[in-house]
Amino acid sequence: MRGAQLEHVPHTPDGFGFQDDPLHSSTMTLNMGPSHPAMHGTVKMTLELDGETIRDLDIDIGYLHRGFEIMCEQATWTQVLPYTDRLNYVSSFCNNVGYCLAVEKLLDIDVTPRCKWIRMIACEVARIADHLTAISAGALELGAFTPMLYGMKAREELYALTEMLCGARLTTAYTRIGGLRWDLPEGFEERWRHCERSLAENLADVDTMLTRNRIFVDRMAGTGVIGPELAVELGFTGPFLRSTGFEYDVRKAHPYLLYDQVDFDIPLGHKGDNYDRFLVRFEEVGQSVKIINQCFKRIEPGPVNIDDWRIVLPPKDQVYNTIEGMIAHFKLIMEGIQVPAGEVYGYTEAANGELGFYIVSSGVGRPYRLHCRPPCFALMQGLKGMMLNRQLADIIPTFDTINMVGGEIDR
Amino acid sequence: MSHAVAEAVAGRFPQHLLGQHAQVGDETLTIARDGLLEVARFLKSDPAMAFDMPIDVTAVDYLDYPDHVGPRIHVVVHLYSTSKKHRVRLHVPVDLGDCQVPSLYPVWRGTEWFEREVWDMYGVRFTGHPDLRRILLYEGFVGHPLRKDYPLRGYQPLVPVAHLDDRAEDPKLKNVDLNPRPVEGAR
Repeated sequence: MRGAQLEHVPHTPDGFGFQDDPLHSSTMTLNMGPSHPAMHGTVKMTLELDGETIRDLDIDIGYLHRGFEIMCEQATWTQVLPYTDRLNYVSSFCNNVGYCLAVEKLLDIDVTPRCKWIRMIACEVARIADHLTAISAGALELGAFTPMLYGMKAREELYALTEMLCGARLTTAYTRIGGLRWDLPEGFEERWRHCERSLAENLADVDTMLTRNRIFVDRMAGTGVIGPELAVELGFTGPFLRSTGFEYDVRKAHPYLLYDQVDFDIPLGHKGDNYDRFLVRFEEVGQSVKIINQCFKRIEPGPVNIDDWRIVLPPKDQVYNTIEGMIAHFKLIMEGIQVPAGEVYGYTEAANGELGFYIVSSGVGRPYRLHCRPPCFALMQGLKGMMLNRQLADIIPTFDTINMVGGEIDR
Repeated sequence: MSHAVAEAVAGRFPQHLLGQHAQVGDETLTIARDGLLEVARFLKSDPAMAFDMPIDVTAVDYLDYPDHVGPRIHVVVHLYSTSKKHRVRLHVPVDLGDCQVPSLYPVWRGTEWFEREVWDMYGVRFTGHPDLRRILLYEGFVGHPLRKDYPLRGYQPLVPVAHLDDRAEDPKLKNVDLNPRPVEGAR
């Protein structure tokens, strides 16, 4: 049996289809993924290689598709919240806030100032965690193991802070439509001071190891280049677009919450390469720290939820002791918030770019249609254009700075 | 400020504009399918419009929507102008019997994957799209699951494993060794 099979094995290069080409220069198909150690996230790339040059690239996403949008149609407006955690699970707060702001826009309500400050703090903590992940995982995949440990150490402190706020590290579900699950816990600000110190120490170490590291700079600088015009036409947003020197940040262009009352800068790159994106993210971490400190300075005592029992749950003593509270609680749990019929597009600046929620309501307690516009979806469709006729090794840093998150792109 | 877009489109393409509203400040125009490309080119190139960024393309199935009249599926396009800082939403009603829309890829290249997703989830064909394949689901999936008449429970047929002979005909796989050398000692 074995002998019979061996007869079919080609022993000369001719058997591999090289006979027309004496220089053996035909292309090779290489499957990268869906589970590849140098790519975080499950995505498959089919590469057509000429030596190490990429001649064609097909990106296959969808391995983490779980029907987020259709699940949301079956849930009440409040039950959608835990699903949004699973979009970009590294920075869940941004998703929670983005969704709540979209529904609140359709409800035409405004949350309390304290709620807005707390939401901003939560969003910026999530943004730092996301950028740290992008930076340190990117370094890891280029072979720098130690910066990853420092980055993860700092991120773990932030996750401990997140846990203090809502009881979970990743799946936060902290915001509610019209407010928050609860107020800041005691000692939260002191904990943040501790985090801030640890973050500064670890970032200084990461900076020392990466920013002027010859090997790192050689891999990052000049790879994955894209110009601002093309980036805008492809729908790029977030740090990726800003690395090309194009100034677009939803927090500045269309301020939501109280971002117009805090002082921060938008770091911009100028070459649009991977190294610029690394620097932009690094600088944005510092800006987020600045925003959080201002929030703590400006925040004042007050309610975190609006006073409307048609939208937020009544306090427990009212539920148990008054008939009005009881009925309001029952109706909210059983029927859901009655969001007026219509459609809305709510958008916020998540860690990766513009996170949009397009919502259609038919006037009942469940969304009629809910569509999420994930920022890295647009970024991933530009990867092919950036990588054609480039080297195979350039895919790794470019894919890292795109910071694709499977939960978000595949929904 | 935001009504400027609707006025400009209404003044220039009254025959293509089927309706408009601006609920909670989101300006929305309903555009006839045949005029979509013309309106899109105008929105991109006119200096007062300057919609240079395609934000999103999706669709809505209005099958169960109360008091809905007209075609069941609407393709919904969100556009943003980075210089004018304004947004617009376009609705393009599509009949289920002739479920196709001109692709916006020639106008904004960034709509490519979003249109593939609409094809995947709603079965709307985008004419002129360079590579209209499923994107989140796999080739061989039956149906378009975000349509409202798609059953919530059920099984998909198993996808047959590609036979080696089929692979041999694929030009992309012409260099792949279809008869790998047996491993020493393997049975």
